[in-house]
Amino acid sequence: MQFALSSSPHLDKTQSVTRVMGTVLLALVPGTLAMFWYFGWGVLINIGLAIATAMAAEAAVLILRQRAPLPVLMDLSAVLTAWLLALALPPLLPWWQTVLGSAFAIVVAKQLFGGIGFNPFNPAMAGYVLLLVSFPVTMTRWLPPDIVSGTSLTLADSLHIIFAGSPPPGMSWDAISSATPLDQMRSELLQNRMISEIRESPLWGDFGGRGWEWIGNWFLLGGLFLVWRGIISWRIPASMIGALLLVAGLFWAIDPDTHPFPAFHLFSGGMILGAFFIATDPVSASTTPRGQLVYGALIGLMVFVIRTWGGYPDAVAFSVLLLNMAAPTIDYYTPTRIFGQRDRHET
Amino acid sequence: MINAIITIAGMAALFGLLLGYSAIRFRVEGDPIADQVDALLPQTQCGQCSFAGCRPYAEAIAAGEAEINRCPPGGEATMIALAELLGRDPVPLEDEQAADKPKSVAYIVEDECIGCTLCIQACPVDAIMGAAKQMHTVLTDECTGCELCLPPCPVECIHMHPLEDTPQTWRWPFPRHAASGAGHG
Amino acid sequence: MAEQKSPWRFHGGLHLDHHKAESNTTPVRAIPLPPRLTLPMQQHIGQPAEPVVRVGDTVDKGQTIAHAVDYVSATIHAPTSGRVVEIAKQAVPHPSGLQDLCIVIEPDGEERWTELPEPWPDYTAIEDADLRERIRWAGIVGLGGAAFPTAVKVNTSGRRAIDTLVINAAECEPYITCDDRLMREQAPDVIDGIAILMHLVGARECLIGIEDNKPEAADALRAEIARREAREIRVVVVPSVYPSGGEKQLIKLLTGKEVPSQGIPSAIGIVCQNVATAVAVADAILRGRPLIDRVVTVTGRGVAKPGNFRVPIGTPAAFVIEQAGGYSDEIFQLILGGPMMGFSLHDDRVPVTKAGNCLLAASREEAPGIDDERPCIRCGQCVTVCPVQLLPQQLFWYAQAHDFDKVQDYHLFDCIECGCCAHVCPAHIPLVHYYRYAKTEIWAQERERYKSDLARRRHEARLARTARLEAERKARLRQKKEALEKKPAGASKDPKKAAIEAAMKRVAAKKAAQQASRENTGTETASEAKD
Repeated sequence: MQFALSSSPHLDKTQSVTRVMGTVLLALVPGTLAMFWYFGWGVLINIGLAIATAMAAEAAVLILRQRAPLPVLMDLSAVLTAWLLALALPPLLPWWQTVLGSAFAIVVAKQLFGGIGFNPFNPAMAGYVLLLVSFPVTMTRWLPPDIVSGTSLTLADSLHIIFAGSPPPGMSWDAISSATPLDQMRSELLQNRMISEIRESPLWGDFGGRGWEWIGNWFLLGGLFLVWRGIISWRIPASMIGALLLVAGLFWAIDPDTHPFPAFHLFSGGMILGAFFIATDPVSASTTPRGQLVYGALIGLMVFVIRTWGGYPDAVAFSVLLLNMAAPTIDYYTPTRIFGQRDRHET
Repeated sequence: MINAIITIAGMAALFGLLLGYSAIRFRVEGDPIADQVDALLPQTQCGQCSFAGCRPYAEAIAAGEAEINRCPPGGEATMIALAELLGRDPVPLEDEQAADKPKSVAYIVEDECIGCTLCIQACPVDAIMGAAKQMHTVLTDECTGCELCLPPCPVECIHMHPLEDTPQTWRWPFPRHAASGAGHG
Repeated sequence: MAEQKSPWRFHGGLHLDHHKAESNTTPVRAIPLPPRLTLPMQQHIGQPAEPVVRVGDTVDKGQTIAHAVDYVSATIHAPTSGRVVEIAKQAVPHPSGLQDLCIVIEPDGEERWTELPEPWPDYTAIEDADLRERIRWAGIVGLGGAAFPTAVKVNTSGRRAIDTLVINAAECEPYITCDDRLMREQAPDVIDGIAILMHLVGARECLIGIEDNKPEAADALRAEIARREAREIRVVVVPSVYPSGGEKQLIKLLTGKEVPSQGIPSAIGIVCQNVATAVAVADAILRGRPLIDRVVTVTGRGVAKPGNFRVPIGTPAAFVIEQAGGYSDEIFQLILGGPMMGFSLHDDRVPVTKAGNCLLAASREEAPGIDDERPCIRCGQCVTVCPVQLLPQQLFWYAQAHDFDKVQDYHLFDCIECGCCAHVCPAHIPLVHYYRYAKTEIWAQERERYKSDLARRRHEARLARTARLEAERKARLRQKKEALEKKPAGASKDPKKAAIEAAMKRVAAKKAAQQASRENTGTETASEAKD
């Protein structure tokens, strides 16, 4: 009788890459809906554009590499990359910039390095940084949350702005766009204004940017869901947020007039999204348990440094990319203490 | 201008002294290169490299007189190990066919052996037992499979038997059932 | 008696579906004798045993048929009376599917016992060395699956004193229930064996580690302990987290101590034995019986009537499956051992050996076979579950790159191949297969290195000898020359060369004659075959 042969363990596998990526996508839904709620159709249009571009780009590269595209597309990693990129983009970004960023993320940052599992940098953040340094004007032209501006753009208006590149007749950029709270904080601090003055702006909510703080909460919910499901480890988000709060708290305690309170850092930009969804991208992050703590903490620190003294208002993307480079070194110096190894607590 | 020259000269002198000191202080009395090379060679003593054994080949490599790709029994693994040791670039094996041959040991068909002792003299590792006009036999555990005993045998009674895997020596094959998309190997 | 639970934990591990109920509800059944018993000479870790019978010999049940040739080796006995019909290479249960030396016995059905050594009910009066020799004679090896010779493991003389005997009754692999049934049905034998082992290794206490999914077995043991008032023996319930039955993991669960990496339990004053091994020891000491059968779990959806069977060693797997009602339509893979660490059999004619605790006839759903392997996404799930706290993805990376130095830097040889990492891997990478590949390659390299060192020494010795002989010859020649200075040297043909030439001519003539006779008759003659 002929039997199937395989190496142990023989039990059916419990997990698959598709399921991991799918779970992360699911966890993004509440935060994404919150963004839609505050920033309108542009958010969803960006996501749709980015995903379509990513899938097409990935399929094209795979065909060029003479591999079957379908099994790879099925792992949903390209969808996740595109989705994360789109969340980081201003909601009314011209369509071709979204397409360019998404294609760059997939083709250059991911597939040229060998595809899933081989990219040293987080593809979504690579795409974002490419756009940010190439198109600083459009990339910093955010919308105020509609609770601030009181007006909300219709689907047609949004489509018009994104595809035509200019506001529909009767509207001007000044009327519909605004800086992000982080951007505003930065530019006004540069003009030597006090935190208490800056905070009088309608962009500010209870502890972060208005609207932003709620978006952060919803992403936090999704992130905690991922930790609970065991998809991501608690170490990277905890150490990243912890380090940021610690150092921000320190500076705030020293000089609360020129350093915003710590919660502001957490709830005004991409910090929550970055901590739970971007820095935790397993391929480009540190993988040893102690290494993850170091990696997360250094990202948190770097975010504060760049936000406070750097040239860009938000810093999650740069910090993640910088630490991506350091991840292999961190792993090398933080091996686990294996069972029965005599170095630390010996019985 | 003068300042720059003095600075550069001073730095050169400083680093020179430093290097000179470390060369003396931290000198490594390692194995001579030939010994290290010899340790990597498979010691079949087969002469397929055109040298009279592993040691002479090792000495030739160490002296830079021979390429590192001339050892078929060692195969690619040995070539790469040598390349790493010597900091040379890996080169394709000179005789790939010979390297692909399965590991074998000599076997004497005892009924045909005439007891001439020529093979005993040819064996570089004394792995053949026998005496004049007595049939000879190969110590399988000691045989390196160099085939040097084949040509001298006047009656061609020595054959090479490939070594068969036993459950004790069997190796797990390299797993290769990657699906499309796993694009690396 | 209050249930004692272990307060300790080990890192990682998995909660798996137990699948114990399929096979643990019915008592262990005896099976009839198969038409042939095949006994591999290597059923244990160490040197293969050497046959001491010849083809055609009649053997009695329990008679020694192969001797342990080394300290680490195990004796093999005839499981029944019969005739030795073959001593040759046969298919053996091994992941390679290769053949190995076996003794094949055809039972005569008489079950005629050989003369057994005397039972030692009062074993405390016997010398330790004699007790160990009896265990060695009985051919007992670890019956949990590792098959390490027990006589070696209980020899603790000259090493650190042993405080604790740990009995491994965890049976943490899904599906397997042979130890469960054994404990329920033979609790007195288990405790007897434990008492002997404790006496032998000088342990003050014994901890029986048993998973919480075997309450009946735990109760049976506790009842027996209570009856004997053996307070030094305690049953400790451990949570069913796979691999709680790994030796080092169980010791951690029971004592909180970690066996040193690359070390053995006796380094921290512990000896660990499987529960079935304890029963075999009791059989050998109290009844003078060698190890000739064992309890085997036959289970999985691929077999009609799962259950446990007392199987003579050497019974073909197919015969055991028949006793369990034969295969069902769902049979897909036949696994020897459990689903996490067992290996798939190429052929069901291979015999059950001492280490064979389970025949898992798995359906495609239970054991789907080879998966498509995707690239590692470095998710770290493997790190989370590894009970040895290794970095499985780094091991995989270097094993895949054939970097055998690096893979050892990451402690490859501490890996117990439990399969947790591969089970949770979302990329479906057969991680354990990669580790096994690397391990066997490293062993092969070590063998090669050993061989090449040997060859170098022999070659150098030969060079030294030829140089010496040459020098001696020259010295002799010089002496001769001096002695025979005046006589002219006569040129004559080297007698040796002449002899060889003559011999060559003879052989050539013989070959030609044979050639001629073959051409004449066209068939092989008996005289040729003799040649």
